[in-house]
Amino acid sequence: MPQIPMAAEPILAIKNMSITFTSPDEADVEAVRQVDLTLTAGKTLALVGESGCGKSVTARAILRLLDKSALLPSGEILFNHGQGTVDIARLKPDSLAMRSIRGAEISMIFQEPMTSLSPVHTIGDQIDEVIVLHEGVSPKKARERTVHLLDQVGISGARERANAYPFELSGGLRQRAMIAMALACTPKLLIADEPTTALDVTTQAQILDLLRQLQDDFGMAMLFITHDLGVVAEIADEVAVMYLGDVVEQGDVYEVFRSPQHPYTQALMNSVPHLRRKADRQRLSPIKGTVPSPKDRPAGCAFTSRCPYVFEPCAGTRPAPTEVGAGHLARCHLLARTKMEALA
Amino acid sequence: MSTILSVENLSKIYTLGSGLFGPSRELVALNDISLTVKAGETLAIVGESGCGKTSLGRCIIQAQPATEGRVYYHPKDAAKVELTALSKRELKPWRRDVRMIFQDPMSSLNPNMRVFDLVAEPLRIHRIARGRELEERVYDVLAKVGIPSDAAGRYPHAFSGGQRQRIGIARALVLDPKLVIADEAVSALDVSIQAQVLNLLDDLKEEFGLTYIFISHDLGVVNYIADRVVVMYLGHVVENAPTDLLFERPRHPYTEMLLAALPVADPTRRKGRSTTPRGEIPYLGNRPQGCPFHTRCKYAQDRCRSEKPALRAIDGTDQMAACHFAEALELQGAFEAPQKASA
Amino acid sequence: MAVLLMETPVSEIAPRRIARESQLGLMWRRFRQHRLALISLWVVVFFYAVAILAEFLSPTDPSAYNARYTYAPPQGIHFFDRNEDGSWYFGPFVYGYKTEIDPVALRRTFVIDEEVRLPVRFFAESAPYRLAGLIPMSTRFIGLENPRDPFYILGADRLGRDLLSRLIHGTRISLSIGLAGVTLSLFFGIVIGGFAGFYGGRFDGVVMRVVEFIRSMPTIPLWLGLAAALPRDWSALQTYFAITIILSLIGWTELARVVRGRFLSLRTEDFVTAAQLDGASDWRIVTRHMVPSFTSHIIAAATLAIPGMILAETALSFLGLGLQAPIVSWGTLLQDAQNIRTLATAPWLLMPGLCVIVVILALNFLGDGLRDAADPHGR
Repeated sequence: MPQIPMAAEPILAIKNMSITFTSPDEADVEAVRQVDLTLTAGKTLALVGESGCGKSVTARAILRLLDKSALLPSGEILFNHGQGTVDIARLKPDSLAMRSIRGAEISMIFQEPMTSLSPVHTIGDQIDEVIVLHEGVSPKKARERTVHLLDQVGISGARERANAYPFELSGGLRQRAMIAMALACTPKLLIADEPTTALDVTTQAQILDLLRQLQDDFGMAMLFITHDLGVVAEIADEVAVMYLGDVVEQGDVYEVFRSPQHPYTQALMNSVPHLRRKADRQRLSPIKGTVPSPKDRPAGCAFTSRCPYVFEPCAGTRPAPTEVGAGHLARCHLLARTKMEALA
Repeated sequence: MSTILSVENLSKIYTLGSGLFGPSRELVALNDISLTVKAGETLAIVGESGCGKTSLGRCIIQAQPATEGRVYYHPKDAAKVELTALSKRELKPWRRDVRMIFQDPMSSLNPNMRVFDLVAEPLRIHRIARGRELEERVYDVLAKVGIPSDAAGRYPHAFSGGQRQRIGIARALVLDPKLVIADEAVSALDVSIQAQVLNLLDDLKEEFGLTYIFISHDLGVVNYIADRVVVMYLGHVVENAPTDLLFERPRHPYTEMLLAALPVADPTRRKGRSTTPRGEIPYLGNRPQGCPFHTRCKYAQDRCRSEKPALRAIDGTDQMAACHFAEALELQGAFEAPQKASA
Repeated sequence: MAVLLMETPVSEIAPRRIARESQLGLMWRRFRQHRLALISLWVVVFFYAVAILAEFLSPTDPSAYNARYTYAPPQGIHFFDRNEDGSWYFGPFVYGYKTEIDPVALRRTFVIDEEVRLPVRFFAESAPYRLAGLIPMSTRFIGLENPRDPFYILGADRLGRDLLSRLIHGTRISLSIGLAGVTLSLFFGIVIGGFAGFYGGRFDGVVMRVVEFIRSMPTIPLWLGLAAALPRDWSALQTYFAITIILSLIGWTELARVVRGRFLSLRTEDFVTAAQLDGASDWRIVTRHMVPSFTSHIIAAATLAIPGMILAETALSFLGLGLQAPIVSWGTLLQDAQNIRTLATAPWLLMPGLCVIVVILALNFLGDGLRDAADPHGR
């Protein structure tokens, strides 16, 4: 049998995953519908969409951080931890296996570091603890690693700063400390949930640059969640666009930005103001209406109620992914029809 | 174009930690700000958090008193009024002309009032209309911002963020203002909704003949909506220029840094490492001597560390910058190449 | 503009019912989901109904005594029994008493005599009285066919007075003192706390130091001191109001803190700034924008303050420093249960204690439910 090169092996493969929220008083709500995502070592997949599209829920499902009302009725989350694969969707959220993955093999950084860093411990102690917990090294060794990590994430005077409490640091430094903590056990996958949204634009540029550089050094895969197309264009290798629980379009970032195929992706890109001279400025073309609540999602394509190109099958039938380029998929009836016509 | 508002040497100093115990400290939020707003233009104030842009907006609209300096409003057919010198009662008539749109449409709408009453409130306070006429004016302005009249009986919690912001805009416009201060009015909205509201603001400006002071941290939005941009850093105005000039050839290194940091929605124009901004915004209580930006400026010289540059006009342009080397530096702009016809 | 109208189909955003509901409506909707609080609400409503209808509900006059029935045990109330001929008897009745001599202590005790059946009638005729001192009436909810027969559903006290009737009248006094105390506290709390919160600054500082000073004083000795200073020759009504005022002297501080806190946080809310920028007067801002925003919190805080008042009254009266006989309150009733020998003979005298526990718990659950409903994100 021919050897498959390690790089081609996906670190994490989400297949056909759905997430349903149950509530005693109301009907179940399907927050994420049959999502397929693949993450490869050294590459960044950006999950982009507006608020309520299910991007954060997807990320939390990977770490099984959702609360009890969230069910994973279908699908697999296959994680390759080096010695074979494990289906995270089948693990119990608080099982030993899951706990050994969480924070060590897969770690996560959040929008607001203050909420995930303990305010009563120094950042150094918190990072030490992660290392000691997962790797069982002596506290002294752990501190050496911590200082090295803090240095790597660009915190100057790392040895002194390790003794600082989170509130003593600026937003940018706190996010750096958070990243250092996430990388403490050299995870195979880093999930970044809007890590730059709360930051100023100059700090955001620094953090994005840092993440890119750390990915080169550590070689981890990265799942980057954001609502900002500019940030996607900066950091992603691949992009998946979500709308109301559906991944409507996914593919190579250059490909998707060059020729977006799904009407939602197109509309999203037309909503972002571009830097133009006054003479070249065009009126923005926003998407009509507002995102319906997941309870009122159209039975067929989720975008039906706002799509300018809607036709017969859209309201009733959910479109299947259509391949519109190499590895470039979009869920739209229009594309399926064009493809059928081309084949005929 | 005539001037509608002018700000002269405005400063705002907050005293922190006042109390029985412990020393109080001073925090300079605004440092000697002067600017003028022309009738009919959109003036954007940009900067990062803590630069003083929100304080400036609030001092202009007299939501908080300035420590020093004056704000003048220039009515169309009357002599200018010094807003900073007026009492609460004297200020009331001018509150019809100068209105504000808030960042967070949830917290700026009273949750206990129905949409109709929210929009009617300013009319009632100023006793402008009542009964049938009041109803007509409210429904009229609601229609203009795109809220159907059958939604007027609802409470704000029943609306999405974008719709709430429309209601906030209706509240501002129901008094037929001349000048509207929009404080991060679209920042809390999703992109597609943000575009709707930006277009709405554009249309309303035309229809009502408004002047906007648009406070934002988002340079993309500012480029889209503004005629003139004021860039602030640590309570100082560092640059004040027409939008095209500012984005074409910034005159202050901080503007250049901001432009370079702005992510562009085009992966083919990714930034290299060379443009990554340096350093962090200094803590407010720890302002540098000399030029406020010298700690992060890659062009900084000895002079910058000791001597504070004044905001001054750049010869031959309509630009103003507070940099010793404004003329000498060749700073990078941020315009995208015009898109090809295929796009 | 037509284009814009089409961009926003507002009609699809939320179910009409919820969309048109006010804050208080939403609060009620959330409250109803809180089952324990809902049950507690009914318990509290029941007790207050009892308090209002005290004269009608009590079988006899609470001060009517009969020395022949000292410490008569509870009769209970029965509904069916077998007649001597084996047939069934239906309908409410109580058994009579017979006396036995305790052979050890040689003490006369009452025991239930199952031979004597005393039928109970609803809406029985009685001596005329005025309901709540206003409405003249001459029927009571229950009574014996022969008013001369002993009728002690929950037993009798030392003087042979009916405990149930006394308990019902005690409910009126104890619950109303709680309500009156809270109303008084609320008045002071809102006025003082409101001024402190709205104007802030030096006045706020002084008021808050005073509040802290009062709260730092140990309450029981303070109450004891104040209550002991009340002249003995005051009428029952005067004592009642004096005790209410004494309880409110401490109670207002907590409510003032709540009100001040709400004012302070509301003052920085954008919608209050927006009203200021509309040119609204202070009065309009307070009455139209601020007060409606915290009424729900005030209701919750006031509900949570009632139990404290009731407990305080009970404690004072129990110690003999609060209300004095002939006023009947739960506290004065419990005074009878002070010595252990009485308790051994007549454990039913602890019934008022049970009422205190039930009402205090119900009010606390109700208050918690209201608080959660008023501020669903505050936890």
